[in-house]
Amino acid sequence: MTTKLSLRGVRKRFGDHEVCKGIDLDVAEGEMVCLIGASGSGKSTLLRCMNLLEPIDDGAIWLDGVDISEPGLDPQPVRQQIGIVFQSYNLFPHMTAAENVMLAPRRVRGLNRQDLLPRVTQLFARFGLGERMGHYPDQLSGGQQQRVAIIRALAMEPQIMLFDEITSALDPELVGEVLDVLRDLRQQGMTMVLATHEMGFARELADKVCFLDAGRILEQGPPEVLFAAPQEERTKAFLARVL
Amino acid sequence: MSETSVQNKATERSSSAPTRREVYEAGIRRRSNRIALTSTAIVVLAIVVLVPLAPGWDAVQRAFFNGRVFAATFPGLLEAFLLNVMIFAWSAPLIAITGLAIALCRDTRAPALFPLRLFGIAYTDVFRGLPVVLVIYIIGFGVPGLGLPRPWNSPYIWGTLALVLVYSAYVAEVIRSGIDSIHQSQRSAAASLGLSDQDTMRFVVLPQAVRNVVPANMNLFIALQKDVALLSFIGPVEIFRQAGVYKSLYANFTPYVGAALIFLALTIPATRYADYLMNKQNRART
Repeated sequence: MTTKLSLRGVRKRFGDHEVCKGIDLDVAEGEMVCLIGASGSGKSTLLRCMNLLEPIDDGAIWLDGVDISEPGLDPQPVRQQIGIVFQSYNLFPHMTAAENVMLAPRRVRGLNRQDLLPRVTQLFARFGLGERMGHYPDQLSGGQQQRVAIIRALAMEPQIMLFDEITSALDPELVGEVLDVLRDLRQQGMTMVLATHEMGFARELADKVCFLDAGRILEQGPPEVLFAAPQEERTKAFLARVL
Repeated sequence: MSETSVQNKATERSSSAPTRREVYEAGIRRRSNRIALTSTAIVVLAIVVLVPLAPGWDAVQRAFFNGRVFAATFPGLLEAFLLNVMIFAWSAPLIAITGLAIALCRDTRAPALFPLRLFGIAYTDVFRGLPVVLVIYIIGFGVPGLGLPRPWNSPYIWGTLALVLVYSAYVAEVIRSGIDSIHQSQRSAAASLGLSDQDTMRFVVLPQAVRNVVPANMNLFIALQKDVALLSFIGPVEIFRQAGVYKSLYANFTPYVGAALIFLALTIPATRYADYLMNKQNRART
């Protein structure tokens, strides 16, 4: 397996507060990596750094062997390759679900609606939203909105997908439908990095689980090892709280 | 067992007769209505009885509320008001476009466009800081003073320009506040899809921002409708000036009251509508 994304010594600070304190991480092609850890441990910031929504202060990020953290590099081509889905969906409220999905392919890749429609229709159908393409976000449930957000990111045909606690804002009965989408993507061989509180899901599907604590990856490994026999005291304490 | 029977009794009652709570609240409502009605009646009665007791009432009635003068001048006033509506109608779209342009100037981030940004800031500072009537005087008398040929010396053109300059500054500030009100996460979402800054502004931020500030802009346009009357100072015979002409003709102030009524007939419904939109938006936010 070739390494798709790799982080070396990534540091990020907001004012006086250093959120990422030198993070090393490798994500192989087709791999699913789960970041776990308490709120404020730096999971979200790390994801936002990966697709350059936040510029990093030190260290480097390589995508397919190219340094994408080079200051002054145009972030837009990179972001087209790395999709991200947010906890709060962040759909555009003034557009229908289909328009949300088609905006970036139209504007960034210059495709027109007619060309896009078959593929977009197929994506909506695949994730059980065939009837909802013409709905506005506030006419959809949280789970449906989050699935539209995933479709929106997928429509750019990214090579890596980042998921930032995408089920945390959902009612418990809606979590399942969104996790099903992730299972589907996993089967298709999508490379994925998730920040998540869904430990059961991480244990079931992840190739690698990383425990973040105070801006560092304290411990990482396959889920059966990390969940069953954590080495660090803090990992043990965290898992005891959430499992 | 006994608990369920009590519950059944309660639900039975709510479907047929009003509950204790409903009876109580209906009583409170009736009482409030009674008090409001009584206090309004007392105030109206006091005005109707006391005002005519003022020593100058007869004179005021003759000068301001003269039915004969009102009937004679009202059609002429209405006709003059058409000019107000016309000036309003062609300045409003110009203001909307200029205001949007100025707002975008103020929002530019690229260093090469810094002069634009500076211009936007200076523009809004200057034109919000001046009385409207002063700008109308300076531009309305100043520019035609350059000795321009007809029709470029028309006070309609330069008066309208003055209104456009001033009101665009206010509209620009309102639009800018709308742009600021769009949450950063919307820009993040757009950026994460690879959209450029311009496309993010055009397709994601602006459509939401403009929608959010429609009620606030409605209020500005209602104010504009009134301020069109200020153009009378530089020549155009619109309703305010026409009322002045009638006043001199009949030696009576009633035409001003007529003009006021015409303004209110337009501005009150418009204000109510703007308030309605504003309330609707507030409800949608909560």
